[in-house]
Amino acid sequence: MSLGVSRRYKLLRQIEPYLFLAPALIVIGMIFAFPIVRLVTLSFQRPFQGEMLFVGLTNYQTIFKDEVFLRAVRNNLTLLISVPIMVLIALILAIFLFDRIRGWQFYRTTLFLPYLLPITVVGLIFSYIFQLSGVLNDFLKVIGLERFILDWLGSTKLALPTLMFVIVWKEVGFGIVLFLARLMSVEEELYDAAKIDGANWWRLQWHITLPQLATTIEFFTIVSIITILSWVFGYVYVMTGGGPGNSTMVTELFIYLTGFRYNQMNIASAVSVILLLVTGIFIFLELRLRERSVTLEELS
Amino acid sequence: MKTSDRILGIFGSFIRQALVIGATLLSLFPVYFMIVSAFKTRFEYIEDKWGLPQSLYWANFNTALAGEKFFIRFANSSILTVGSVFVSLIIACLAAYAFARMEFYGKRTLFNIILSLMVVPPVVMIVPLFVAMVRWKLVNTYHGTILIYTGLLLPFSIYLMTNFFRTIPREIIEAARIDGCSSLRVFWNIMMPLSAPALITLIVVNALWVWNELLIALVFMQKDELKTLMVGIAALRSRNYVDIPATMAGLLIATIPIVIVYMFGQRYFIRGLTGGAVK
Repeated sequence: MSLGVSRRYKLLRQIEPYLFLAPALIVIGMIFAFPIVRLVTLSFQRPFQGEMLFVGLTNYQTIFKDEVFLRAVRNNLTLLISVPIMVLIALILAIFLFDRIRGWQFYRTTLFLPYLLPITVVGLIFSYIFQLSGVLNDFLKVIGLERFILDWLGSTKLALPTLMFVIVWKEVGFGIVLFLARLMSVEEELYDAAKIDGANWWRLQWHITLPQLATTIEFFTIVSIITILSWVFGYVYVMTGGGPGNSTMVTELFIYLTGFRYNQMNIASAVSVILLLVTGIFIFLELRLRERSVTLEELS
Repeated sequence: MKTSDRILGIFGSFIRQALVIGATLLSLFPVYFMIVSAFKTRFEYIEDKWGLPQSLYWANFNTALAGEKFFIRFANSSILTVGSVFVSLIIACLAAYAFARMEFYGKRTLFNIILSLMVVPPVVMIVPLFVAMVRWKLVNTYHGTILIYTGLLLPFSIYLMTNFFRTIPREIIEAARIDGCSSLRVFWNIMMPLSAPALITLIVVNALWVWNELLIALVFMQKDELKTLMVGIAALRSRNYVDIPATMAGLLIATIPIVIVYMFGQRYFIRGLTGGAVK
């Protein structure tokens, strides 16, 4: 009798974790696993007389001949320039705030604010700032720099750099707060000891701040790369719609347009598979980094 | 201290202060621009784009609220936000409890897979998801879109809560167990109340994400009466160039909930968004 109870209890303890996990696994299966599997099969198919036919790599061959797609990829790669810029700006501002300049808490609050605002709202405000009769050009006129009055979002040469400015403007706050939070957990003694040894400001940053921030910088870099490759849809959709003349087309917008405006789901799937593979590399790197920080936590 | 060092110090702190103030002004300007423009008449806006308004012109808000079905959009965004934040919270906490305090086969692998999903961009799933959601008849429904958002919120939520549950001492759970509590009771009566700070963080960060989301809302809530606030705002781009002050009034109303939540929960925001990355 008592043996039976304890065996049932044991069985319960064995299946119990899976009961707690079940709802999460079902939803994740529906929203992640199933679509990703389906994505791969869709990318090898084409509709023919109401049925899906296996066409091998045809869709992939099509997109690599597609001018607009290639343009989108080039634009995403160009936008990657903003990653080192963001790291550098975030680093400088975080170090300054960490030096406890007067009012640093207020500055932290305001510098972080852009990161929280909706991309849609930010994009719309900036398109009023950068339009031909917008705030920026009015301002340039007032200070007498008329030859710099340009069509910031309407010219094929300037639209992408302008877009990049807005992305940096919004995303950099995350880096600042991230770096600052890490710096605050560095033991003060490290700095005190170095100061007693007569190290100047630059040496403190070079020998203490940077090594202490290394992992966080790595993390922010990877997250920013993922952002630039696959989370800039909102900016482009609101500010330029990919134009003028595809000069700001990005992979995400290409997927959206081919899939939902031109109803070529299979082409869109092939592009999605490629995007997933590319971001996959960085997702893997990010995971390795997190794993390292989790094990550190368990050890301590 | 050498004189040269002191001069460098004064000069350095001046540069530092100036750079930080410059950056702050730059990050505030668009917000300032939105607020002042929202209170100007159209004529005033054309005359003077960045100055303060001569008087507060509230009519813009009436125009904004009357046009573009503002209230419906606001309600739609609220329904989706509350629904998906709530559902994902319950599901994520259950799973996190298993990851943090139970032993089972495949735990580490499963946890790593869920972690890696955290940064998978939704855009790659959108085509097959749409195909599936059409078949399941879930396109253009609140529950269908809530299901998608819940799924997308789960990886981060599970990660955050697992890390937090791990910090709750095992002894408390053991004591409750000896008193005869079932796992579910331990979860509901002990773990959840002790996790209040982490739960608030999670609610705040997730709510912000859903409220601001554009792509999913664009694809899965296409019917006019189901569109969210962000989709409505994105559509203003081409249409309302004429009445910029009214548009700005609309943007301001859409941003206010976020700013209020930010003011009250700033430390939760920062903790949530930097959580895990900083250790």
